[in-house]
Amino acid sequence: MSTLNIALVGNPNCGKTALFNQLTGSRQKVANYAGVTVERKEGTFTAPSGRTVHVLDLPGTYSLDALGADEIITRDACLGRIEGVAAPDLIVCVADATNLRLHLRFVLEIRRLGRPMVLALNMMDAARKRGIQIDTAGLERELGLPVIETVAVTSEGTRALIGQIDRAAPSAPPVSPVEADHSETRRILSASIVMPTRTARTDDALDRFLLNPWLGIPILLFIMFLIFQAVFTWATPLMDGIEAILAWLGGLATQSLPDGLLKSFIADALFGGLGSVLVFLPQIVILFLFILILEESGYLPRASFLLDRVMGAAGLTGRSFIPLLSSHACAIPGIMATRSIPDMRERMTTILISPLMTCSARIPVYTLLIGAFLPSTTVFGVLSFQGLVLFGMYLVGIVSGLIVSWVITISRREKREYPLLMELPSYRLPNLKSLVLGLWERAMIFIRRITGIIFAVNTLLWVLTTFPGKPEGALGPDIDYSVAGRIGHWMQPAFDAIGFNWQICVALIPGLAAREVAVSALGTVYSVSGSDDEISSQLGGLISSQWSLATALSLMAWYVFAPQCLSTLAVIKRETNGWKYVAITAGYLFALAYLAAFVTYQVTMRLTS
Amino acid sequence: MKLTTLKAFTPARVLAVSDTSEVDPIARRLRELGFVDGEPVQVVGRGPFGADPLLIQIGFTRFALRRSEADRITVELAA
Repeated sequence: MSTLNIALVGNPNCGKTALFNQLTGSRQKVANYAGVTVERKEGTFTAPSGRTVHVLDLPGTYSLDALGADEIITRDACLGRIEGVAAPDLIVCVADATNLRLHLRFVLEIRRLGRPMVLALNMMDAARKRGIQIDTAGLERELGLPVIETVAVTSEGTRALIGQIDRAAPSAPPVSPVEADHSETRRILSASIVMPTRTARTDDALDRFLLNPWLGIPILLFIMFLIFQAVFTWATPLMDGIEAILAWLGGLATQSLPDGLLKSFIADALFGGLGSVLVFLPQIVILFLFILILEESGYLPRASFLLDRVMGAAGLTGRSFIPLLSSHACAIPGIMATRSIPDMRERMTTILISPLMTCSARIPVYTLLIGAFLPSTTVFGVLSFQGLVLFGMYLVGIVSGLIVSWVITISRREKREYPLLMELPSYRLPNLKSLVLGLWERAMIFIRRITGIIFAVNTLLWVLTTFPGKPEGALGPDIDYSVAGRIGHWMQPAFDAIGFNWQICVALIPGLAAREVAVSALGTVYSVSGSDDEISSQLGGLISSQWSLATALSLMAWYVFAPQCLSTLAVIKRETNGWKYVAITAGYLFALAYLAAFVTYQVTMRLTS
Repeated sequence: MKLTTLKAFTPARVLAVSDTSEVDPIARRLRELGFVDGEPVQVVGRGPFGADPLLIQIGFTRFALRRSEADRITVELAA
């Protein structure tokens, strides 16, 4: 049986992705086009005739004018000019039936490519509900190409489209000149569509409420508060569960093994290492579930609208708000979420500052230090001083991020500000199938890409912290004699100025795998054993008697900035397709970390001595 | 008059989008989005800080435009 290549194109918000999901289900793969950060989504399905249909989901764009990477990829893919991407036998142009005034112009532009194409009039159900009457046969006549009505959220809604695809490809459609696009759109609209005078009453009402100058921000804050509650409370039992399962599996795998290197490798590097990252999966999935719901419902661009001015002060636009918010759970989903930012400069700036947001892996480190060194007094009778300091750490992260963004923006040679110019789509009820597929896709990216890197890094760290072994009869913890221990001792003079002793330096090395690993590593260095909670409480007492306050505060300042997370650097490499931004991120964060720790240490030393 | 001076919920029509420089990608994008002569346009909302950005309805599509972006658009009141 022959195969057929089709390409889906359309404006943003035309429901193209839902249509793609409906056509191909879970038979999808996501990659990047060579050399650019544009996502390449492909899938297959089998047509009733038995033919395999290969579907390429091209990025949503408003035009084919080569303004950005998305437009160039879309145009070149339609024309078969991209190496390794077959020229489509048929272009399926998707248009939102409720928004033809905007989408028809793009249809005319695609038609000008002179390739066989069909028009899928999507969201026909919504159009009917709003009283928009579309004369499909008339539209077919005016455009000179087959027009299929679809409802992308139900499986029946795509049957006619599959039937059309399965038929012989239509001949190339007629072509109209560029200058006539707007007048042609207007002519076709008046010839084949009857619009009611007022549409989208729901949108009107919801926008008046949700975008109200006084109510908009409190509602947004309330939604964000709910999301954070969910991320941090619902995820806890799941995270405990994952930890317990991995501990049990690790125990099962090692119980019959004799004490020794193999056992230590399986328990520490394999299960311990994977566990330290997989434990964040519930938080990431819950966070993405909410973001997908907000995105599908149409609220997300409204949040960007409300906060545009605030982000604008730091040289960004409202679009970078969601990636930065997500980074508070973990920078990895945050950096993945920057895909929704079309302007590359803004996207790169957002990626550069996401590691500054206080991710949940920093919390164990902060709680250990705050608990051990700061008084547990109350402020104004009700507020816990330690809680306030923790809240302050979040603020320090946010403010530093905005300052860095501002510095990047004013130091750019190109002074042009990032455009906002954003469509606010109609409100929609989120579709379950799209939610499930979207979540699945993101969870898999996290697991596949990150576990690979983490496994490699953990194996390396395990080797560094294990070899060479402790000599016979030697005192002190094993790690002290290992390569990592030596590196820690060797590093220490450089960290003297910021008050780090050799124990901290040694713990920073395994702490590169994930920030919270530094706590258990400190436990190892100080020969404290037990569960994580026990380590934390014993360790707190120990370090509070051995470290100065200046050292503790300096370590906290270090953790605000230091890129102590190789997974974040790995995801930056993946999302930016190169090492350049990894080097920039790591470089500036280490420099800032050292500077902040230095100032903190020296100032506290002067004040407390 | 400029779109930025148009009162909220007052029906108007687009006259033109002017380029602020020789190559003005924002003006070009605005025209692609349908800001062309004769299209019905309305201001339907304002951002909470400094009444920026503006929520603009053109046809039946809503766009968030910063004031600096919307300044390129001239309109006339619909009769």
